[in-house]
Amino acid sequence: MILNLQKIEKLINSELSSKIKNSYIENEELLIETDENDLIDVVQFLKSNESCRFKQLIDIAGVDYPENEKRFELVYLFLSHEHNLRIKVLIKFQINQPMNSLTKIFPSANWMEREVFDMYGIKFKNHPDLRRILTDYGFKGHPLRKDFPLTGFNEVRYSEKEKKVIYEPVKLEQNYRNFDFESPWEGTNYIKDIKNLEKDGKKN
Amino acid sequence: MVKKTKSLSLNFGPQHPAAHGVLRLILQLDGEIVEKADPHIGLLHRGTEKLIEQKTYTQALPYFDRLDYVAPMNQEHAFALAAEKLLNVEVPIRAKYIRVIFCEIGRILSHILNVTTQALDVGALTPSLWGFEERETLMTFYERASGSRLHANYFRTGGVHKDIPMKLVEDIEKFCKSFPKIIDDLEGLLTDNRIFKQRNVEIGIVSKQEALDHSFSGVMLRGSGIPWDLRRSQPYEIYKDLDFKIPVGKNGDCYDRYLCRIEEMRESVKIILQCIERLPKGPVISIDNKISPPNRDDIKQSMEALIHHFKLFTEGYRVPKGNVYTAVEAPKGEFGVYLISDGSNKPYRCKIRAPGFSHLQAMDYLIRGHMLADVPAVLGSLDIVFGEVDR
Repeated sequence: MILNLQKIEKLINSELSSKIKNSYIENEELLIETDENDLIDVVQFLKSNESCRFKQLIDIAGVDYPENEKRFELVYLFLSHEHNLRIKVLIKFQINQPMNSLTKIFPSANWMEREVFDMYGIKFKNHPDLRRILTDYGFKGHPLRKDFPLTGFNEVRYSEKEKKVIYEPVKLEQNYRNFDFESPWEGTNYIKDIKNLEKDGKKN
Repeated sequence: MVKKTKSLSLNFGPQHPAAHGVLRLILQLDGEIVEKADPHIGLLHRGTEKLIEQKTYTQALPYFDRLDYVAPMNQEHAFALAAEKLLNVEVPIRAKYIRVIFCEIGRILSHILNVTTQALDVGALTPSLWGFEERETLMTFYERASGSRLHANYFRTGGVHKDIPMKLVEDIEKFCKSFPKIIDDLEGLLTDNRIFKQRNVEIGIVSKQEALDHSFSGVMLRGSGIPWDLRRSQPYEIYKDLDFKIPVGKNGDCYDRYLCRIEEMRESVKIILQCIERLPKGPVISIDNKISPPNRDDIKQSMEALIHHFKLFTEGYRVPKGNVYTAVEAPKGEFGVYLISDGSNKPYRCKIRAPGFSHLQAMDYLIRGHMLADVPAVLGSLDIVFGEVDR
């Protein structure tokens, strides 16, 4: 499996040299990074090339890194049944930058892109039907962004007075508490020394 | 004079027994022919992925029971495998066997529900009465292992929570001996049933190419004749040592998918029996106390164990930086978890790949040109559970 991945990595790097920014195999999984403008070409290549044949788009995962200049990442997961391989394609881009839609190449990208749009507010060019998908009708905001609060903004209840379901700002008895477990203490030195000694002892 | 026809739009759901949950399906009808179907999902959206980002790895696990609540442990499995891959922990061999036993029980649970409710949707009441009796027995096994019938929370990073008693293993074996008879009975009611066949044969046909294009997996893919099962092609746990067949359909219609599910139940029974026969002795969770909690006796005696216990249930364990995608063959198809860790005690991002999401997406294409009465049949054969579609 690993050998095959290395072969694929080599092949992709040689065939698409200018379009691949970075590639590595970690945890027995191959990840390639590409530029957002080259995405369509790279995916086309992965789908059609003899030794790739990544014919199935498994999922699209958005990731948000608010502190980075290129804030968002999209990870496309592909599967090749013929060669029994998986590949991850990563693109990084700034906020408000529209992406190219993959719906022409993979029809199943339709809902996946809608979900990314719903959760992160990433727009896709040439998408046939870019609506919200999982959140409520008339929902505002993009919940999976890191700056979206866990408790949200609005809550819903049935009002006996008005005889209908109403939206109200969230009221909590107690605010959501996030505990900080970051501890600078990594154990005392003498324990590390003992551990090192034990390791050396085993070697000898 | 030309008679003007107007297409009619019909709201199917969100509260409809044949929608298998909260699905709002907006159908454009020309008489009884469906012109377009637009599924509105998300009515059961609970923000699982967002919640998981705020929880430690141990706390995140129970959310997976609540995805596909018909086969809870299969989902937990995918997350446990992802965390184990990042942490690089070895799972004890007994734990692997127990996991496989309960995953296969989950598969039977899910397939019974699906096959019988599919029959219910097309008008057969008896199968569901018979099938649910068996589900009840299986859920008792869940309860005896984990303490709860549905939301098991039984798998842990590095193994399973508690060992299972010998009596339970014997009872599971007894069930496996008697269950094939029940499958025969169910088949007797359905497989050659004229009405059932009329409602399912050549309905909702998926070709090989279309199954790939629409990201189908599991039975939806195998029903169309593509022999692909993650248990075989990318084996995890001990599946590569087990002997089982992968049923594949021919025509890719609702009826073939039904047949695949029936056969898979038989194969699952075989797998469980093999596991019970070989079930080794030993620990059921990794002995690394940085990941798995110490047992109760040790806490009373050893200071170190007490500290480990305290640290594990407040801070949890830290997972090395990195990203992995692990997938398991859940009853409904490929269930995957794409996990990104930033080295802290909580996942930075956990993308859940639910098979039902892609299957339901294809609803529009599957149902176009069919009759309104075929909608429940097709929907039933897709095996949709809204817990996982909406997440």
